[in-house]
Amino acid sequence: MSSPAGIVAISLVCLVTVGIGAFGLRLSRTTSDFYVAGRSVTAGWNASAIGGEYLSAASFLGVAGLVYSLGVDMLWFPVGYTVGYLVLLVLVAAPLRRSGAYTLPDFAEARLESRFVRSLASGLVVGIGWLYLIPQFQGAGLALATVTGASPSLGNLVVALVVVANVVAGGMRSITLVQAVQYWIKLTAIAVPAFVLLAFWARQGGPAPAADLSRTWGQVLGGFGGREHPVYSTYSTILALCFGTMGLPHVLVRFYTNPDGRAARRTTLVVVGLLGVFYLFTPVYGVLGRIYLPTLPAAVRPDSVTLLLPQVVTPGTLGALLSAILAGGAFAAFLSTASGLTISVAGVIDQDLLAPRLHHRGGGDVSRIQTFRLAAIVAVVIPYAASLLTVNTSLADTVGLAFAVAASTFCPLLILGVWWRRLSVVGAAAGLVTGGTLALSATTITVLGRPGVTHSGWLSALLAQPAAWTMPIAFAVTILVSLATPSRIPPGTARTMVRLHAPEDTRSSGAAPS
Amino acid sequence: MTPSSIAVVLMVAAVVVVVTGGVLRLLRRRRFVSDVDRATYETLHSASLAARHLRSGLTPQAAERTTRQLRSMLGSRAVALSDSSGVLAWDGVGDHHRLDLPALAEPVLISGATVVLTDPDIVCSDPDCPIRSGVLAPVVADEHVVAVLAAYGPSVGAGLVRATEELAAWISTQVELAELDRQRTHLMEAELRALRAQISPHFIYNCLGAIASFVRTDPDRARELLLEFADFTRYAFRRGGAYTTLRDELRNIERYLVLEQARFGERLIVQLTIAPEVLPVAIPFLSVQPLVENAVRHGLASKQGVGHVTIHAVDLGTTAEITIEDDGVGGDPEVIRAVLAGESAEDGVGLGNVDARLRAAFGDQHGLVVETAPGAGTKVTFRVPKFAPGIHAEP
Repeated sequence: MSSPAGIVAISLVCLVTVGIGAFGLRLSRTTSDFYVAGRSVTAGWNASAIGGEYLSAASFLGVAGLVYSLGVDMLWFPVGYTVGYLVLLVLVAAPLRRSGAYTLPDFAEARLESRFVRSLASGLVVGIGWLYLIPQFQGAGLALATVTGASPSLGNLVVALVVVANVVAGGMRSITLVQAVQYWIKLTAIAVPAFVLLAFWARQGGPAPAADLSRTWGQVLGGFGGREHPVYSTYSTILALCFGTMGLPHVLVRFYTNPDGRAARRTTLVVVGLLGVFYLFTPVYGVLGRIYLPTLPAAVRPDSVTLLLPQVVTPGTLGALLSAILAGGAFAAFLSTASGLTISVAGVIDQDLLAPRLHHRGGGDVSRIQTFRLAAIVAVVIPYAASLLTVNTSLADTVGLAFAVAASTFCPLLILGVWWRRLSVVGAAAGLVTGGTLALSATTITVLGRPGVTHSGWLSALLAQPAAWTMPIAFAVTILVSLATPSRIPPGTARTMVRLHAPEDTRSSGAAPS
Repeated sequence: MTPSSIAVVLMVAAVVVVVTGGVLRLLRRRRFVSDVDRATYETLHSASLAARHLRSGLTPQAAERTTRQLRSMLGSRAVALSDSSGVLAWDGVGDHHRLDLPALAEPVLISGATVVLTDPDIVCSDPDCPIRSGVLAPVVADEHVVAVLAAYGPSVGAGLVRATEELAAWISTQVELAELDRQRTHLMEAELRALRAQISPHFIYNCLGAIASFVRTDPDRARELLLEFADFTRYAFRRGGAYTTLRDELRNIERYLVLEQARFGERLIVQLTIAPEVLPVAIPFLSVQPLVENAVRHGLASKQGVGHVTIHAVDLGTTAEITIEDDGVGGDPEVIRAVLAGESAEDGVGLGNVDARLRAAFGDQHGLVVETAPGAGTKVTFRVPKFAPGIHAEP
């Protein structure tokens, strides 16, 4: 199955990414044509950057794999991935920007004025980041294995090394422009082959999927891919994806670049559009796969259907070329998401765990860059090790679990933090601990549990899609504990709330708008 | 070996390392040679916890949290803190004696002398109540009795009296420290106000002179420059908060540079390389401006030919790094060191002031780093965190 064109495409993507990371973008101007106002990142660029970092290997390969293997009900996944930004836009985008927070622990500290809640949030950011990184490594390993024919575990190792090299060489840079370009690369890589394949499909008279399959596969709202308790699973997944997006570590970081709350909202709106366009194409591969690849070769995961499809539809050079484009795109998707996540996770490990301790030990001799590099290695090694474990869940399902954990922890913290003045320190901490423990246990059991023991009945449905019960419990615990401990409401709450909600230009007292 | 077994080995190894580290630390903490060691450790631990709560002064919340530690240090049955407004906090048994305390504390607040309470002062109808006697010791800050520390027990010995007095003296020190903290903040604010007024009078004079020279030859340019000058002064003399965004500060530096270029013309070449990601960072108001002014002065004033000034702002993830560099005459590192250490009064453009304000806002690792040597130009670098609790840019 090895294809030289694919190897070239992947190597090129790696080289370009690491190169840009290492050298950065040097945009220098002299005063004559320099105006700061004109140099702000526009909503369009920033939205492209968010899209570039957000569209992961799970989106690029996983959605098609899910639609292919489990049916059109799986379209809820791309819908949920996008709608998450709508929820973010409506509920928290502008207040989050106005809070001045750069990371989620920053927001926790700014709103609750508590180091303890900050540490809890830091731990959760690391946990969610790792959970999200596992499927990234698996997806990239898969792409590499499909293209080169090497074993997937070797693929995982190669990509872990590339990510470490990228993050370490790039220092701590995460340049908006680079990530923005990544989005357009990914969109091209997924759209162009899709159009070509659709043209072939149309020329052949538009055949439908095999009749015996379409009964269960094509049934809309029929059974969430033949799982038990489809209604529960569907709603729980939608809930996780809608409310989990705001709690992903690498999303808030980009909001900081917006000049003000209004720009943050505009950016989110553009993100919804950009993601919507991208997700139009991924299901196409799942459906075409059903037509041209009724059965997969042995020992091939459905997640690789996108990569196999062109070779089947048009064997020969064109097919190889399209495969190479898709493999390159998948790799770009993986690299940008994994690098963004690694930078976020490593930033938190560095800032909240490693730097204070090393500073303490080394008496200030340890430089920031060194501790950040150490943190980056820690941030990659653990999910890499976990990605080698035999896992029961598909790429998109594991990502779904990361969303569920985020929805059960940061979603209550953010929504109540932004909209409820009576949130207390104890309540927020209790909510984070409860939601985090429940969702993480459910995730661990689902991902590592033995098939057969935990994979039947209500219990398995509840554990596989935990958001529908963990999120309300986390909300309830946060609210009840907050009501029980009114003395622990942060003293500066009223001031913080004004800052979060008042538009920036109303706060400039007396000064004319500049 | 299969990949999954490698993974299991790796994860087990990680868990073992973490657990062993934790257990070793716990053992090290728990392993005391003798009971004396343990008692010393526990007293010091309580003291450090209590000191943390007293950081913000003797507020009811702080008193509430401190009294538990105070009681464990004294080993008495109940401990209370009271001031002229009433009882601040009570920890331990016998909460029903709380109401009697203000009247008993009154003489201590006035005289500042320790009082031992016995039978006639403390009456209790409950025969099981252990509150039979007590000590009231004054907490003195700045030569005023600000509060009274009360310790209760079935009987009061000379030991408890001495201990209570010592503890009250210790609280006095903590309260004074908190007061000192507050005064330091006030001082910082005053210094900021002073810096604002410090916009160099020479600059204003030179500026107006340069504009005047254009009034006849190029009235349009003169008008533009005057408007820039008006905007510059509005920013420099504004009455907003202590912090601004890097965006606003840079915008003002642009105005400043336009005005300077009117004076120097082709002799001043400025290059700015700004990562747009760091524009929203909150920095102390007028913290970059003096550095740029310094660079322009040193890059040009006593130098023949063209002077270059470079301003960089780079994104470093959770922090932003700002660098101002010139290729001027440079300076003696020892002089700069003295200025930054606050030992020298020759702080012309407020380098030491900027350094002090950065440290006060973000901590000691965020001060100015100056690289210079005679004839080799000057490079000033500092890093600001993208987020710091309590620091917000006000427009």
